[in-house]
Amino acid sequence: MHSKSSLRQGSEKKLAFADHPKQEILLPVKGSFIVLSLVAALLLNLLPLSPGALAARPDFVALVLLYWCINQPQRIGMSIAFFLGLLMDISNASTLGENALAYSIMAFSALLFHRRLLFFSPLAQAPQIGLILLLGQCARLLAGLLGGSHFPGWGFFLATITGIILWPLLFSLLRMPQKPGRSTSDTL
Amino acid sequence: MEMAPQFFRHGPSLQARLFFFVLLSLTLMAADTHFRYLAGIRQVFAIALYPLQKLANVPMTLSDTMGAVFVTNHLADENAYLKQQYLADKGQLLQLQALRAENDQLRKLLEAAQRVESKAVIAEILRVPSDPFNRKIMLDKGSQSGIQTGQVVVDDVGVVGQVTRNYPWVSEVTLITDKDHSVPIQVVRNGLRSVVSGTGKDGLLELRYVAVNTDIRSGDVLVTSGIDGVYPPGLPVASVSKIERSPAFVFARITCTPTAGVGHHRQLLILSLMNPPAETPADAFEIKPETRKREKVGIR
Repeated sequence: MHSKSSLRQGSEKKLAFADHPKQEILLPVKGSFIVLSLVAALLLNLLPLSPGALAARPDFVALVLLYWCINQPQRIGMSIAFFLGLLMDISNASTLGENALAYSIMAFSALLFHRRLLFFSPLAQAPQIGLILLLGQCARLLAGLLGGSHFPGWGFFLATITGIILWPLLFSLLRMPQKPGRSTSDTL
Repeated sequence: MEMAPQFFRHGPSLQARLFFFVLLSLTLMAADTHFRYLAGIRQVFAIALYPLQKLANVPMTLSDTMGAVFVTNHLADENAYLKQQYLADKGQLLQLQALRAENDQLRKLLEAAQRVESKAVIAEILRVPSDPFNRKIMLDKGSQSGIQTGQVVVDDVGVVGQVTRNYPWVSEVTLITDKDHSVPIQVVRNGLRSVVSGTGKDGLLELRYVAVNTDIRSGDVLVTSGIDGVYPPGLPVASVSKIERSPAFVFARITCTPTAGVGHHRQLLILSLMNPPAETPADAFEIKPETRKREKVGIR
């Protein structure tokens, strides 16, 4: 009798582990939502700002791209990253391929670690995402230096830091339409 | 965590894809910096991005109009100030007209070439990109408004830059502070000619290869010399801010501050192209502006 109850307790524990929020079954993502989020990120990147805010603005496109690379690796991959990079290159009037290189490398790292990253809560993911963002920023810096520029100063890495801070918020925001337990009609 | 079975995966491996895309971007970068083959690709992407760029500007335009609604009490002051300014300017303009007539006559007497009057188009800054590696801005007038590459962009106080790429509705201006940009200048005080180059940093220009014993002082005003045939002569460019003369070096280190700035205004003037420059001294005697091609104009 006693052993049986302890067994039940054990199975309950297991159940509790399975019910962990990270393991919850999410609704499928609509393709239109992915496109919409990427376009919104592009818009945020194009938003005209004062020079100070411009330096601190996180790269929204990179963040949203990383989110989808981690959550939908079958759909969003390096080719889309490369294409978005080209778009950013054109809109920034920079050398063609500079952002494309950074985005491809970031997408690669995200695809490589996407299973590992999803084990962690969004808050714990942030520093790891920070490393990926830093990698992309370094690629951008290297491309710029090869193009004959001077080192632009440490403020260049400010966007990485704001990106880390923004990540948990962005993660929960983009996760929202996938949350189960509410009617599907009010989700996007 | 489920593992994807090997036989479900299709396409090349992750590493192979990374290798491909890195190679592709490096090729693009090399092609874009050394050969200018990619104008077509840029054109297509720029047109695709144009509506988005316009949309991103909506908040700013909205805040402008909202601001205009709420600051009507400033309008009377501003109007009075502008009227005063108008009168003062008009007086100077009358003087200028007299001087121009006199100048034309003197030039005729000297049999020197007439200076060409330049027309201007007003354009608004559409976007100041956040790329730290180049100093470029986008204006909201393009080839549809008759903008050509090589045209000079100024604000009310001095030279801002030069149109280096033009798309149908947008044009890209390289600022004089860009690391690849140079402007031929003349020191107003003594007529010394040199070339001022951008450093890639905001608000910092450099006079390179000026000998240590050259007569140049801090505070000297530099204007365009016009000998390049791109920049009309006499436009203020910069003022000398610091001179370091060290006997250890052949050249003095001269840093200048640009007169104009992008941060001051939203509107800029795009000046029309001057006569194309002569390629050889012999050509200078038989310039025919209509027949000559305008492709040598850019000095990037």
